[in-house]
Amino acid sequence: MARSSDTDKGLTGGSSDTSEDRGVDQRADPLRPSDHIDSEPGDSGDSGITQPRLSPLGYLRFFWRQLTSMRTALLLLMLLALAAVPGSLVPQTSSDPNGVAQYKFDHPTLAPILDKIGLFNTFSTPWFSAVYLLLFVSLVGCIIPRVKHHLEALRSVPPKTPARLSRLAGFQAFDVPRPADPSAAPVSAEIAVAHARSLLRRAGYRTRIVGDSVSAERGYLRETGNLVFHIALLGILVTVGIGGGFGYTGQRVVVVGQTFSNVLGSYDSFNPGRFFNDAQLAPFNIKVDKFTVKYEQKILDAIGTPIEYKTDVTTTQPGATAEKKTIKVNEPLQIGGTNVYLLGNGYAVNVVVRDGEGNVALKDSIPFLPQDSNLTSLGVIKVPDALPKQLGMQGFFYPSAVKQATGAYASNYPDAINPLLSLSVYSGDLGLDDGVPQSVYTLETGKLKVLAGTQSTAEEKPITLKPGQTVKLPDGLGSIEFTGVSRFVSLDIHHDPSQLYVLVFAVLIVLGLLTGLFVPRRRVWVKAVQGENGLRIEYAGLARGEDPTLERAVGDLAKRHQAVLDPKSASDRRKVNP
Amino acid sequence: MTTDQLSLYCLYAAYSAMAIYTISFIAFALDLAKRSGDAQVAATAAIKAQAQRLAGKAEMIAESAGTPGGSVAVLERTDVDTGADAPRRSSKFERIGMSMMVLGLAVHISSVVLRGFAADRVPWANMFEFGLTGTALIVAVFLIVNLFVNLRYLGAYVMGLNLILLGVAVVNFYVAVSPLVPALQSYWLVIHVFVACLGTAFFAIAGGLSAAQIIQDRRETAKNPGLRLFDTLPGAERLEDLAYRIALVGFVLWTFTLIAGAIWAEKAWGRYWGWDTKETWTFIIWVIYAGYIHARATRGWRGARSAYLSLVGFAAVMFNFSVVNLLFKGLHAYSGL
Repeated sequence: MARSSDTDKGLTGGSSDTSEDRGVDQRADPLRPSDHIDSEPGDSGDSGITQPRLSPLGYLRFFWRQLTSMRTALLLLMLLALAAVPGSLVPQTSSDPNGVAQYKFDHPTLAPILDKIGLFNTFSTPWFSAVYLLLFVSLVGCIIPRVKHHLEALRSVPPKTPARLSRLAGFQAFDVPRPADPSAAPVSAEIAVAHARSLLRRAGYRTRIVGDSVSAERGYLRETGNLVFHIALLGILVTVGIGGGFGYTGQRVVVVGQTFSNVLGSYDSFNPGRFFNDAQLAPFNIKVDKFTVKYEQKILDAIGTPIEYKTDVTTTQPGATAEKKTIKVNEPLQIGGTNVYLLGNGYAVNVVVRDGEGNVALKDSIPFLPQDSNLTSLGVIKVPDALPKQLGMQGFFYPSAVKQATGAYASNYPDAINPLLSLSVYSGDLGLDDGVPQSVYTLETGKLKVLAGTQSTAEEKPITLKPGQTVKLPDGLGSIEFTGVSRFVSLDIHHDPSQLYVLVFAVLIVLGLLTGLFVPRRRVWVKAVQGENGLRIEYAGLARGEDPTLERAVGDLAKRHQAVLDPKSASDRRKVNP
Repeated sequence: MTTDQLSLYCLYAAYSAMAIYTISFIAFALDLAKRSGDAQVAATAAIKAQAQRLAGKAEMIAESAGTPGGSVAVLERTDVDTGADAPRRSSKFERIGMSMMVLGLAVHISSVVLRGFAADRVPWANMFEFGLTGTALIVAVFLIVNLFVNLRYLGAYVMGLNLILLGVAVVNFYVAVSPLVPALQSYWLVIHVFVACLGTAFFAIAGGLSAAQIIQDRRETAKNPGLRLFDTLPGAERLEDLAYRIALVGFVLWTFTLIAGAIWAEKAWGRYWGWDTKETWTFIIWVIYAGYIHARATRGWRGARSAYLSLVGFAAVMFNFSVVNLLFKGLHAYSGL
């Protein structure tokens, strides 16, 4: 149960020994901040004594020392934990943009205040960044001298054997019995020490012979692991900060049967990293052949729960033959240095719109975005080519439509069992020719004339269509035919060259943590003393950091050493105590 | 057997385990009462012994006027009542508590296994199942740690905590077996969630030890320490050592959980880190325990001050399991409720 601090405390009491005498020579010890529990107290400047005036450089040194102290690191860690809390209480733009919009709508007075202090982007606000950057500066300030010191310590030899081992942890002494045969030579001090040394070496100790004793030290790996852990943390921060800038993420909705090409123009949305350029887009095409979804059929409580999403695709890359691949949730497609994820799906309605002059103005699959778990979907059909007037429609698609008591429709199952399309129709200038970008999923109805809808000004009720049906539009403006339903998939294309490095650092973090926390750093001494009754061997250890098993280790060593020195008595003992 | 039957038996087993745990809890509570009584008796005896010693000393002094050897007898007498530090024999209640706990765990594990068979997958994919499996892990870790160090004085804490958590899981979080949504269909479910539950179990025990340490620490500095039953517990420093070592194991497991979660998130959601509410809280917990480990190595923070961080950390773990799962919006919406 020895802790270095305890041992130190017990040893300093009333003793005038030099540190070398006590075996606590610290040259080989890990270097610690001045307020670390394992560092020598006294020079930390906390004494409350009036201090001399500091020069500017002195102040700089003082602040640097403060910043790299344990106390500051601890404070910054606590601040970091605290600063992350609001990021979980308020929706974040990065992970939940719709939630942010909803929150702003629900809390019209509070939201602007929160927005001002950046709470919707907590993890990129100056105050959050300040905390972790200070923490890492403090870490760097702590690590650099420690690495330097540790590299020297790795080459150092164990310290001299202390004068009196009896005050150290796990101390025990053993009188080497005289050989039974009086003519045989008794064990000499050199031999006993040499045996001890080879035992210690085999146990991974670095050893040094000092007179009639061996001084041994082990566990340099503890500090190595500690440093690796902290450096790997830094590595992650730097890799994410810089490496992330070389990547990109983009989304694209693809209706089954269509092909996605990896060029900038074909993305629905695209977020490039800071250092992104077009040349990074690997040339490939993905044709979506088929989308399969399986719904739970057996378990009553869960009927309709999707249990599998699967997309069959054909990929083509320049200079390679087309390949058949599948993309599933948890099983992204790897192609051209990017990952392609299946993150969403829904229905696309196939419609043919004929305008007032009888021409086909639109023939397309229009994705409708799912609004609930039964895939009631909302969508917009824009027909800018319709003559004499542009047409706009918006409405719902119900894969399994049921009429509710209110007269409105709803979907009660996600599969397309009873598909129904319900549309409000508008005519007028859709605003597409102004050059202002518009979302394909919203329709500005303010300036449009409603032809069919629930509004009182509408001439007709919303039109409803089943697959195969055609309905004439009011005012002789044409007709719309609902030819059928397709599935669409929402593909996320991610390229992050830093990802592998982050993983390497993460593995180093775990390895560093394991060795830094659980490898004991300790010193052990074995000393031969020529006493009145012959040779006497003394054993003792000293913990350098947390070391709960030190006494047991010294005991084990003593036992093995005694077995070597006196095999007969060891076997005798075994007979007595089976 | 059908899924419904198996999940019904799973519930029966869970309720039976709770009944057995209740017996164990009562036995441990009685043991604490007995400890309190024993400590009281020991304290009274110590006072009496001291009084006797003083009286004896007075006699000796009177005698030593004539016989010079009297003072030797005094020295011998002072060694009499050091028995308080000797290892205490476990009480009958404690032995009943421990054996009931082992029996309860056996039934509890059978409940977990039945749920696994009912669902035909690992039984930790929704709140009820996390609760069921996680509480079994707390008991299992406690019993295993007990093989190496005597932590039986924490029996009442472990059983009390376990009864509350298991009770809430069975009564409030119960959901019928449902299939895994596609995002959960990964071997990472087996690893990531299990290690998270295991880490939680270590944190739970470390938290109990830290709480005991804080009380013990107060008593050691108080002039007139109350709560005599703590006389039968190890000293504050020993409790701190144990709490620290167990929290270290928890911290390593938690680090692994975080990394495994990131790897899985990259596969399932296309990014390894996105500050999802659950990710944020897992990170917060990791930082708190990192702080705890640093605090213990900081001069002026070792002792009760760092122990409070351990308690804050465990409170955050519980918050992450309950409030974040149930009320916070995020991608980890797998409570099943």
